Amino acid sequence: MQLTVDGKPIEIDADPDMPLLWALRDLAGKRGVKFGCGIALCGACTVHVNGEAVRSCILPVGQVDGPVVTIEGLSTDGKLHPVQQAWLEEQVAQCGYCQSGQIMSAVALLERTSEPTDSEIDAAMSGNLCRCGTYPRIRAAIKRAASIKAGA
Amino acid sequence: MVGKIARRSFLIGAAAIAGGVALGYYTYRKPFPNPLDDELSGGEATFNPYVKIAPDNTITVIAPRAEMGQGVETTLAALVAEELDLDLAAINVEHGPVASAYANIAILRDGLPFPVFDQSTLANLARDGMAVVGKFLAVQATGGSTTTVDAFDKMRHAGAAAREMLKAAAAKEFGVAAATLTTRDGKVADPASGRRLTYGELAAAAAKLAPPTEIALREQAEWRLLGKPQMRTDMLAKVTGQPIFGIDVDLPDMVFGTVRMNPHLGGALVSLDASEAEKMPGVIKVVPIRTHLGNGFGVIAKTTWHAFQAADAVKVEWGQAPYPADSAGMWQVLTDAAANSGSVMRNDGNVAVEFADAPRERLIEAEYRVPFLAHAAMEPMNATAQFKDGVLDIWVPNQAPSPLRTVCAREAGIAEAKCNVHITYLGGGFGRRLEADYALYATKLAQVADGRPVKVTWTREEDITHDTYRPAALGRFRARLDEAGMPLAVDLKVVSPSIMASVLPRFYPMLAALGPDKTLTDGLFNQPYTIPNYRVAGVKADLTVPVGFWRSVGNSVNGFFHEAFMDEIATAGGIDPVELRKRLMAARPTAVKVVEKVAAMSNWGEKLPAGKAKGFAFVLSFGSWVAEVVQIADTPQGIRIEKVWIAADVGTALDPGIIQAQLTSAAIFGLSAAMGQEITFAGGMVEQSNFHDFDVMRISQCPEFEVAILENAPEMGGVGEIGTPPSLPALANAVFALTGKRIRELPLNKEVTFA
Repeated sequence: MQLTVDGKPIEIDADPDMPLLWALRDLAGKRGVKFGCGIALCGACTVHVNGEAVRSCILPVGQVDGPVVTIEGLSTDGKLHPVQQAWLEEQVAQCGYCQSGQIMSAVALLERTSEPTDSEIDAAMSGNLCRCGTYPRIRAAIKRAASIKAGA
Repeated sequence: MVGKIARRSFLIGAAAIAGGVALGYYTYRKPFPNPLDDELSGGEATFNPYVKIAPDNTITVIAPRAEMGQGVETTLAALVAEELDLDLAAINVEHGPVASAYANIAILRDGLPFPVFDQSTLANLARDGMAVVGKFLAVQATGGSTTTVDAFDKMRHAGAAAREMLKAAAAKEFGVAAATLTTRDGKVADPASGRRLTYGELAAAAAKLAPPTEIALREQAEWRLLGKPQMRTDMLAKVTGQPIFGIDVDLPDMVFGTVRMNPHLGGALVSLDASEAEKMPGVIKVVPIRTHLGNGFGVIAKTTWHAFQAADAVKVEWGQAPYPADSAGMWQVLTDAAANSGSVMRNDGNVAVEFADAPRERLIEAEYRVPFLAHAAMEPMNATAQFKDGVLDIWVPNQAPSPLRTVCAREAGIAEAKCNVHITYLGGGFGRRLEADYALYATKLAQVADGRPVKVTWTREEDITHDTYRPAALGRFRARLDEAGMPLAVDLKVVSPSIMASVLPRFYPMLAALGPDKTLTDGLFNQPYTIPNYRVAGVKADLTVPVGFWRSVGNSVNGFFHEAFMDEIATAGGIDPVELRKRLMAARPTAVKVVEKVAAMSNWGEKLPAGKAKGFAFVLSFGSWVAEVVQIADTPQGIRIEKVWIAADVGTALDPGIIQAQLTSAAIFGLSAAMGQEITFAGGMVEQSNFHDFDVMRISQCPEFEVAILENAPEMGGVGEIGTPPSLPALANAVFALTGKRIRELPLNKEVTFA
């Protein structure tokens, strides 16, 4: 099976029913994508397919119909994505396990809405759980990322 | 060889040895060997268990505690870097090997039945004695909010000792006195001549020198790193999706696995039919698992998903659990146990006399309940194990690697020296990862994997239904008020399964937990209130549900009990809750200052618009003094938590940025539980299984936070857990202020709805 992941074509030998999450993690070595719940309740597995944020734990790899971008493909030319840069500057992560998914959801939000309000942030991000409770800094980082992008 | 060990070894701090004589003064003073001696590569030199330096000036600091989000890697590295006059960006930080040199001495001292403010001779003798015992046991563990307290002196000494040895080597080279040299940016400089040598150039010669016997640590006023927010050393890896967690371990020839253990916790594996499962694609084998921690089976497969699929297809007959089948039966056990008097942990004045003639109108009686709780760390339980040529290697996100090694080596039938434990970053710990069960099961699979490494990942459902739960607890409380409405007498009894009685046999099956379990009454017996007649008792309930350490442990139970009951006392006595605390803690200025601080920050006492209310709570835990105010609002969707103010006195604040994050994190952890979390049982099994029925606070529910960090307390306190205990009662007290409902059983959503 052919997939385009983080800008590169890859060939994997996967059952089409296998969730994209496990194809990425166990077959393609993309371990930045995280397993959290397996039923799309926590958002740890969030990646982009065709530019949309999706929960890769419930998406069969056989149904993937476009390029996949994971946290590992966000930085280009050794430069952090503005959302990653904002996460770093706001010192968001604690244990860090959910943050791949949080960042992917935030990137998708900012692609749609360049200056999200608090309620737009809440709506877009409430599918992403953080057990460490980094939410206040996530809100701050999304706003900072919006201004980094605006200035870029 | 002896000479080498002596030279390269390191004395643990300068702990007093009052109790040490009985155990052997010589053995106590003898330093642990430096485990880095066996791990050097590329010309590296090591100065002590915390520092190694390569010729190219690569400087590595060992931070031998679990990094599970609380930022210890950064702060521990800063302790060493401060004394080495380095910036954090200039060093590598590693967890390092599992070794006695990294024993956590403070964790045992905190198990003693003395409040932190008890500075009596007896309390201090016991603390010193426990420091000695701690060194003999040499348990390497991360918990009890002890990491920075334990490391504060010894890791600064490690950095300072290395610095002085580097200066001594440079002094020889330059032919000047060491005292005239300066250190900065990884170089020793001679200001008189302008000559400079890097630490890397000096390391080999310096490490051969005897460590200094007297070291002057940097004065607090001179600190460059400590006391100031640092950029976390783990942040870049965490925002770029680096494979840093246990679940990300990748090894040559690795296979994947999962386990399904009996959900009737403690029950047997009666029969197993894997015939269908073993025919499924990608499946390598299905194996029964029988251990003292659980019985069930494991699947080894080509991918984790194949293992999950096959596990679903295994037909299995489970034996029953040794506890009552449902929650009602469990509450009956606790209710029956409440008739026992238990261990009295505090007994001021004469409570019996005061209640004997208490007039009804001045008497308050209440029963409180809190449920079992799961930890629900975001990274599901996992471990990777390889058993090859008689050597067991385990890669695992874990908080207690030395007891884990004991358990796994014993199961594999090998000496502990043949078991290597490699600690990764932890995707959340919260106490769940003090346990060894998931590493033990990985060990069992590795034993039948033909020498290949097996990465064993649990499903979320397995994780929620096979936890070591925060115990359920029952509180029976009464208070007698005086004519002014102040409490004249309080009588507090808590009934709960004992955490220590559950934990100890999991690691040391031959050991029984004797005597009172301090975790049972933590947060109840050791609060800094002065009430003339004050009795606190803890009763161990005989309930064999596996229970364990959950962020703030007993304080998560008793913080709620004590402070919600104090709110009842305030209401009954007609005294403002903040004013009540200030009067009851007048003898403890540290407490009064945090109460006044949070009251000022939150504008306590202001008139709020209709439909809004505030609640207050104070808890002293892990040596830190914390007051919180929660403001809530009634909305059409339910109660919304709008804002939380926290004032915390931690004695010495080593990294205010990380402390602020931890206080916020711990409060959210507590508020999640208070709003809606509970673990219940039916048919002998846990009823909840994933985030749909064991949810945690979402960003849309998250309040604003305002945090103040104070440093009035005479001793440094813990940080990682202290924000949790006051958060639950502060919310419950706010709900009372808003609705008039005194909810005495968590979670609160049994009676009110949250937005």
